[in-house]
Amino acid sequence: MFSETIELRGHIIDSLILPKVLDEILKGGGNFKIAQVKIGQQRADQSFARIEVSAESGDALDDLILRLRQHGAEVAEKGDAQLAAAPADGIFPNDFYVTTNRQTFVRIGGKELEVRAPMLDSAIMIDRSKERASTVRFADVRKGMAIVVGHQGVRVVPAQRATSGTDVFQLLNTNISAERPKGVLIREIARELEEARKSSGKILIVAGASVVHTGAAEYLVEMINGGYVDLIISGNALAVYDIESALFGTALGLNLERDGLSESGHENHLRAINVVRAAGGIARAVEAGTLTRGIMHACVKQKVDLLLTGSIRDDGPLPEVVTDSMEAQRLIREKIEDVRLALLMGTMFHSIAVANLLPGSVKTLAVDINPAVVAKLTDQQTFRALGLVTDIEPFMRELTECLKTLRKEAKISR
Amino acid sequence: MRELLLCAPDYYGIEYEINPWMSRARGAKTELAKAQWQGLHKTLTSLEAKIELVPPQPKLPDMVFTANAGLTVGKKFIPSNFRHQERAGEAPYFVQWMKEHGYEILALPENLYFEGEGDALFGGDALFCGYKFRSDIQSHRVVGEMLGCLVISVELVDPRFYHLDTCFCPLPDGSAFWFPAAFDEYGQRAIRAHVNELIDVDEEEAKHFSCNAVVLGRDIVLPEGAPNLVKALTNREYQCHALPMSEFIKAGGACKCLTMFLPQRESVKF
Repeated sequence: MFSETIELRGHIIDSLILPKVLDEILKGGGNFKIAQVKIGQQRADQSFARIEVSAESGDALDDLILRLRQHGAEVAEKGDAQLAAAPADGIFPNDFYVTTNRQTFVRIGGKELEVRAPMLDSAIMIDRSKERASTVRFADVRKGMAIVVGHQGVRVVPAQRATSGTDVFQLLNTNISAERPKGVLIREIARELEEARKSSGKILIVAGASVVHTGAAEYLVEMINGGYVDLIISGNALAVYDIESALFGTALGLNLERDGLSESGHENHLRAINVVRAAGGIARAVEAGTLTRGIMHACVKQKVDLLLTGSIRDDGPLPEVVTDSMEAQRLIREKIEDVRLALLMGTMFHSIAVANLLPGSVKTLAVDINPAVVAKLTDQQTFRALGLVTDIEPFMRELTECLKTLRKEAKISR
Repeated sequence: MRELLLCAPDYYGIEYEINPWMSRARGAKTELAKAQWQGLHKTLTSLEAKIELVPPQPKLPDMVFTANAGLTVGKKFIPSNFRHQERAGEAPYFVQWMKEHGYEILALPENLYFEGEGDALFGGDALFCGYKFRSDIQSHRVVGEMLGCLVISVELVDPRFYHLDTCFCPLPDGSAFWFPAAFDEYGQRAIRAHVNELIDVDEEEAKHFSCNAVVLGRDIVLPEGAPNLVKALTNREYQCHALPMSEFIKAGGACKCLTMFLPQRESVKF
């Protein structure tokens, strides 16, 4: 989306120039946002309007602006963004610009730079020598870095709602409560997954231990083996219970295949941790033939990128778990760069951590049995986020079913 | 008594083409043009208008169309910035004459085109201004600021009616006659909202430049060829004086184009 701010002055209300210009924008396939209107009080007083005009392409915008100039529209003078040096490591200058997760541009030396890795609640750092603007968080700011302050020269591309009706994420843009049927939606998600799999963009799964507890692990394994997962971000628990179930058939001591607790089952997860630690990590345990099934096994076999980040109540943890939370944030930022589609399932803390770092342009689906978690996650990703209140296992079961059907249909049509 | 500025057609002729009416292949007949201009001069004088004459200049054939010299309010004169290079040479002569006759010159920024009374006509308490073919809408805003009046800017959409005074003629009682199709939809709505009664001129009569009329109280001097309009105006107790204007219509002008009011308004009052 390209945009430009125009200004209209004169008797634009009496002459109907303002409505004419707004109509022209819409007729020309553009959109507008009225930033300011000042209406003259006396008959001879002139009025003023500042309008942000946007269009799909730079050329379309230029054409539109050219036509609007004929009716007196003047392109507003633009100022450069103001910069200030970070006073110390880990500290931003006063009045630092706080980012949203939308596509953002910063004007430096009369030229707009796109801010790399748009992310919530960061500052913007400018590297003049490389003509580069990027988001920066507290942990990474260093004394003397040029940081954008104030709002001048910063342009945030507004989120656009799709009208074509082909994209379930933009079209529905709502949360589906537990009481509503989900079949159609899950089919659409499957289609998005299939498209993402074929594209160069990555598919990210953020999953909690509930995937294992609810018995959905086998479906996730199926998705991994089907090539629908490029990156998994999770915590110690998912890995531990997955490995426990692979080694002992239980999750936190509960039998997954038959009803009831296993004898001394509460020890199983600790024994599982011990096995992996002794093997020198998950990948080694797979190579040694100790770990032969489950999600972790599939990740190693299919070379899915796995990032496990720790929490204060973790047992063990497993050797792969990153326990320095700042380092974990940094790794998440690094790995999510090319993500196209994100499924956040059954974990509040890891989902929030990742959603905070995702650009607003990433299609995001949040699935949780707790409506409050779903609402919290989708709030940050307006227009591109869907929420689904449901237990994980039935969702995953239906999703993998839909993926199978899609592939069958694709084979037949070929 | 109204004062009018005219310019004798000593150097008049079709020497270039800057509107759809002009064709060098179909030149104006010099003697007939002179006779038609004399007819206008005589009629205006008979209606007790005081005629001032600006000396014509060689190689400036369109100087005869004094309406495009500028816009005069009281003793203030806003000179035109002509869009076409062919006419730009007229400006210094008009400015010099106005200066010599005691008018204060209010110059517009050079980059804004404005063609004077041709595109700026008072009607009621508003100054109606046409834009696109000759004047820029941006000039209207500056004119409005200079004079402190309400300006209604209207887009002209038919190249045959390239100046406002070719398709719109305000009358002293707050009404006007016009050719609506010369304006876009918004311009039509804006005019309807600010003029209490509008007399529509049909296309055939509009093509005879019927709207290009000089209004002096209850007297209206207009080109011949508009019986319907004359009837409508006569019914409203106006005296119509229809004159032959064929040789000037060949250049896209008629009675009003040949005339500038000195001043168009004494002051801008609300």
